[in-house]
Amino acid sequence: MKALRKYVDKIKPAFEEGGKLHALHSTFDAFETFLFVPDTVTRKGAHVRDCNDIKRVMIVVVLALLPALLFGMYNVGLQHFRSLGEAAGVMQCFWFGFLRVLPIVVVSYVVGLGIEFAAAQLRGHEVNEGFLVTGMLIPLVMPVDIPLWMVALATAFAVIIGKEVLGGTGMNIFNPALLARAFIFFSYTPCISGETVWTAGLGKGEGVIDGFSGATPLTSLGEAVTSSADIVWNNAASIKAAVSSAPMDWFLGTIPGSIGETSVVAILIGAVILLFTGVASWRTMFSVFAGGLLMGGIFNLVGGNAYLDMPAYYHLLLGGFAFGAVFMATDPVTSAQTNTGKVVVGLLIGMIAVLIRVVNPGYPEGMMLAILFMNALAPLVDHYVVAANIRRRNKRVVVAKSK
Amino acid sequence: MSNTEKEPLFSAKNLKCLTGPLSHNNPVIVQVLGICSALAVTAGLKPAFVMALSVTTVTAFSNLIMSLLRKGIPSRIRIIVQLVVIASLVILVDQVLKAYVYDVSKQLSVYVGLIITNCIIMGRVEAFALGNKPWPAFLDGIGNGIGYGMILIIIAFFRELLGAGTLWGYRIIPESWYIQNGGFYSNNGLMLLPPMALVIVGIIIWIHRSRNKDLIEK
Repeated sequence: MKALRKYVDKIKPAFEEGGKLHALHSTFDAFETFLFVPDTVTRKGAHVRDCNDIKRVMIVVVLALLPALLFGMYNVGLQHFRSLGEAAGVMQCFWFGFLRVLPIVVVSYVVGLGIEFAAAQLRGHEVNEGFLVTGMLIPLVMPVDIPLWMVALATAFAVIIGKEVLGGTGMNIFNPALLARAFIFFSYTPCISGETVWTAGLGKGEGVIDGFSGATPLTSLGEAVTSSADIVWNNAASIKAAVSSAPMDWFLGTIPGSIGETSVVAILIGAVILLFTGVASWRTMFSVFAGGLLMGGIFNLVGGNAYLDMPAYYHLLLGGFAFGAVFMATDPVTSAQTNTGKVVVGLLIGMIAVLIRVVNPGYPEGMMLAILFMNALAPLVDHYVVAANIRRRNKRVVVAKSK
Repeated sequence: MSNTEKEPLFSAKNLKCLTGPLSHNNPVIVQVLGICSALAVTAGLKPAFVMALSVTTVTAFSNLIMSLLRKGIPSRIRIIVQLVVIASLVILVDQVLKAYVYDVSKQLSVYVGLIITNCIIMGRVEAFALGNKPWPAFLDGIGNGIGYGMILIIIAFFRELLGAGTLWGYRIIPESWYIQNGGFYSNNGLMLLPPMALVIVGIIIWIHRSRNKDLIEK
């Protein structure tokens, strides 16, 4: 550590004003503050004195994502060996998944950070840390068999069109990671939907044993409903026959799906870290779940087909609902800024996600679209919350004056 | 009131009517007119080209006719006269398209009829033709039509190439590259959807503004 500090101090003068490599100073700053706590202190008019900064906040989120990532790697292996009908140990599954997931993570970080550094250099800004989290979120919402060039293209699109054009970190309207996913979803639909993309090697026609379905539970559920099959929801065998996995599997995450989204347990560990450190807003998180339950409950009351009758809390276990609620909806930039706004936006995200799932058979998963939609509406919600507050306080002033 | 000295046909002033709309006063990327059809008909080069040609014809002749009529129309009823002229021209163009390029005309469907409401045409008639002589008005119409068509063709080029792998209907990206044929490539479906056309317009504006800094609003 000391040697590193010495080395950084030795090369530092070259990057300072007048130094040879001054043009690259923002790149240097980024690496220096990444390695060591910066020694610059606020000189005047300080507002908050705290050792925390964006970089530390982002690292906490990355830590919170680790359980989902590690489980995702394990699950990639598990699904792969299941599809081959081979037995494999935990480490074997994990190692297989690790080798499959790592390239996606690397591509996402290299492309995204490359663009961020280039943009910072061009504008003479400091490099912002926002991409540390985005770069980890992007692989987690991709299917494992996604071609790497698509990941690169989607990352570039999300960072340039979704973020840098609008002013960089903190200025984006939409969550960049979800934008990357939406880009692939609408551009290369066959590569991110259907039954074969969620299991490594399945799309290339590697041997599959009878009875293995690579479809996510939501896809199978959609198909079961379209063919008007009846599912008895209080009977595990009936559920298993329809969607080839049981609610307990959905909770643990041993089902096909995007890399990081399957395991509710791993996501909840992340949620605890985020809530304990105060990085994510509990209001958003809980209201998303509440919104999902509410909409599911309304559909239960309506009833009519297997999807409408599905117990509301199953929605929270399936697909990307938990992942979206914990890591995407709580994005401090694109979510609402006011406390009331956070609750409203969260509720609507949950409700719209379930609404899309159940009502529109074309989109088996509604979480991505729901969050992007509410990202667009969040400023409007904030506007009305602020306006209502001003009205309320105005009234108080008038009352006080008239007395 | 008559102007005694005769102006040459392509004087600097007249030429400016023709070239101004190509870049510095472009109807789509500077005046932001006619965006709707720019998003709708640019999925392929061929319809975009035909659309560009149709709009150029209509703007040029509606400008010419309105400029000839400009002293005879009471200003109260000028809008309705403009509409009659433009609508007649559009119907003419529509009939010609149906007669000679039926398949493209089918692709363009309602958008040929909607040329009537294209903001560029009304805008140029109102802003230019009613206050200028027929010849400059005609040149202005041609210039704006080409300025509009140019952007349409740039957008269509990227949308067709990346969205379908073809240009003017001819295959550019070889079949063997595609995933379903054992390759690695896949068409970008988003390119065929209107939102991506808007993103491309945005990128064109971005490049154009960064080359013409005086257009950047404060």
